[in-house]
Amino acid sequence: MNRYYNLNDIKPGERGIVSALNSSGSMRRRLLDIGLVENTHIECLGRSPGGDPSAFLIRGAVIAIRSDDCKNILIDSCQGGTEKWA
Amino acid sequence: MGLTNSSLGIKAVDSGLEIKKQRKSDKVIALAGNPNVGKSTVFNGLTGMNQHTGNWPGKTVANAQGYCSTKNQSYVMVDIPGTYSLMAHSAEEEVARNFICFGDPDAVVVVCDATCLERNLNLVLQTIEISKKVIVCVNLMDEAKRKNITIDLTAISKRLGVPVVSTVARKTKSLSVLMNTLDKVTGNTTQNSPLQIQYPEIIEEAIGIIEPIVRKKSLNKLNSRWLSLKLLDEDESLVQEINSYFGEDFLKSPELFIALEKAHKMLAQAGITSDKFKDMIVTALVNLAERVCDNAVTYEKNKYSVSDRKIDKILTSRATGYPVMLLLLAFIFWITIAGANYPSQLIADGLFWFQDRLTDFFNYIHAPEWLNGILVLGMYRVLAWVVSVMLPPMAIFFPLFTLLEDAGYLPRVAYNLDKPFKRCCACGKQALTMCMGFGCNAAGVVGCRIIDSPRERLLAILTNNFVPCNGRFPTLIAILTMFFIGAAGGAFSSLLSALLLTIVILAGVLITFGVTRLLSKTLLKGVPSSFTLELPPYRRPQIGRVIVRSIFDRTLFVLGRAIVVAAPAGLVIWLLANIYIGDVSLLNHCAAFLDPFAQLMGLDGVILIAFILGFPANEIVIPIIIMAYMAQGSILELDSLVQMKQLFVDNGWSWVTAICMMMFSLMHWPCSTTLMTIKKETNSKKWTLLAAVIPTLIGIVACIVFASIARLFL
Repeated sequence: MNRYYNLNDIKPGERGIVSALNSSGSMRRRLLDIGLVENTHIECLGRSPGGDPSAFLIRGAVIAIRSDDCKNILIDSCQGGTEKWA
Repeated sequence: MGLTNSSLGIKAVDSGLEIKKQRKSDKVIALAGNPNVGKSTVFNGLTGMNQHTGNWPGKTVANAQGYCSTKNQSYVMVDIPGTYSLMAHSAEEEVARNFICFGDPDAVVVVCDATCLERNLNLVLQTIEISKKVIVCVNLMDEAKRKNITIDLTAISKRLGVPVVSTVARKTKSLSVLMNTLDKVTGNTTQNSPLQIQYPEIIEEAIGIIEPIVRKKSLNKLNSRWLSLKLLDEDESLVQEINSYFGEDFLKSPELFIALEKAHKMLAQAGITSDKFKDMIVTALVNLAERVCDNAVTYEKNKYSVSDRKIDKILTSRATGYPVMLLLLAFIFWITIAGANYPSQLIADGLFWFQDRLTDFFNYIHAPEWLNGILVLGMYRVLAWVVSVMLPPMAIFFPLFTLLEDAGYLPRVAYNLDKPFKRCCACGKQALTMCMGFGCNAAGVVGCRIIDSPRERLLAILTNNFVPCNGRFPTLIAILTMFFIGAAGGAFSSLLSALLLTIVILAGVLITFGVTRLLSKTLLKGVPSSFTLELPPYRRPQIGRVIVRSIFDRTLFVLGRAIVVAAPAGLVIWLLANIYIGDVSLLNHCAAFLDPFAQLMGLDGVILIAFILGFPANEIVIPIIIMAYMAQGSILELDSLVQMKQLFVDNGWSWVTAICMMMFSLMHWPCSTTLMTIKKETNSKKWTLLAAVIPTLIGIVACIVFASIARLFL
């Protein structure tokens, strides 16, 4: 397992686990609201036609996040994970 | 896009929340929930109302109220805007929290999405922290079933300590369980004992320091544990509410002050900053939600949303995202134009046949000529024009658009367009407000509330007018058809007009981008703020319901507006056209006065005055032009586009005039309703004025430039 990945490093189809949230202000609160706390599983579903934002599966919901914001979401890479994926 | 009367026009400007009980014994029920969980559908199902629903987060921007009753009890249902949390991060969350805390509802129904229940429980947990009388309504059970998600409602209810009912809100029958539970909870036949949320030790300790004092002082009016937590959190938005609820002395009490000081000092010593405190609370809630769902919500297959992902691949991928968007837009226009031709003609024939009978009647009773003029040739004729030209395209366009909306496509448009909007330092959600602008710019302006950043919201408000609303569509379609297609009819010609219309709309979108960018570099300087957008699951739209509702609502609205605005306008115009000073009518005096400037813009005085008189509603621009030309006496009967074109050509129109007219229609001041809405939303005369000046200036310049270039080559 490699630490210090961020959400931009996860390509469509890959998964990770949130290790830290470096966002601040309203973005941080919004991410927490949708349940993006430490140890949350996250999967990248795809990118929009312009390449940004990307869509992520977070706790059963699909959320689009811009790459500028993704870089503040640190993750543990665990691409082949078999944990429960909600 | 708002489709019901209440979300359109003046009524779109909501005026605060004031609970109106029909009877004193009515109980007040708050309907809370995450965005886009079918809350409005539940609300409609319960109350029989037609609050606008659509498959995207944030469409309920104002509180709606409705009434429903069981055998034993009558209720006022209050539909509060969807929120993820009650921590008052945004205006909606503050409204929701304040209503649940201080609005004294007799019960709170938290509507949840069965397909992502765990996340929804965050809001449930925050609600049961405040109020005991909570009912969890797990909606969209049919969707969960389709996705092979099973939910053990009994287990969840046991763990939460509040009733949990499941609903399929589209099926009104499934709501009866919810109603019965409401009876039980509000009638105190069942006592809820909601789960108490445990926070990390240190927070519990801090709560322990101040809670006894808070409990003593709050007189059991509010949950003292929750209040203590919020006081520790130093939630500023709450201070004012507490002051008005308990009186200012509450927070100023020295006893409380000392205890708070002590608790804060303890937290600080443990290294818990204000941010860390918030994080710990949210994490506790999220983790608890996870535990509540553990083994109670099971996903039988991991691949439950495979079909959604496949659709997303087509609608949002790099290769097909944009082309599909354009094709869909053109396709909708094509069906609209092709489908509207015939009914338009039919309605026009019918209404003008009736006009002749009216005139016959006036002759029969020997009414004076001027009375027939004012009532029939003035009011009735303008009304008939508005109805026959506007109604059929709208009755086709809106159901189609609503189908896309219900299916969940609009958020994908915002997703696809976020990158270009970000380049303009704005927000992809602006695309959603533009879509609403297709219906009515006033509704679009109200819809801008879904944009969190005030700067980006202003950008969206100021540029919303570049999307042609329902009042301008038919004008564009009519001119396109007359001057660029020929009125020959047939599938090919309607296809061509659809393409041209798509190009016109695209021009509007490009101008929106340009103006947004220009504003972000000048008046509204700033960098794009961060952005999250939920892409909801695709849902099969309720086709029958959508068609019936949107045609019905739209019909009533167009007719209502036509009567309110077009009829008196018709009267004024007739007077202007028929009161003569010297040899020339008032209207022509005005037109002649404006003519030199209008000619510079490639228009004529009549067109310009039509736009000015069309300020109350864009629908009446074309009728005014027709009436002004007809008053000059070239043609007296007018019942087809061919004759209309002839009338226009006789009055000096060329294809250049047509293009300038379309450009000016796309870019001029917003209608009075929209401006009033902008004033209300921005609370600023300056921005309201700018919202009128910017498009007008751009329109004038664009027309002058185009007309001058055209003159060079002709």
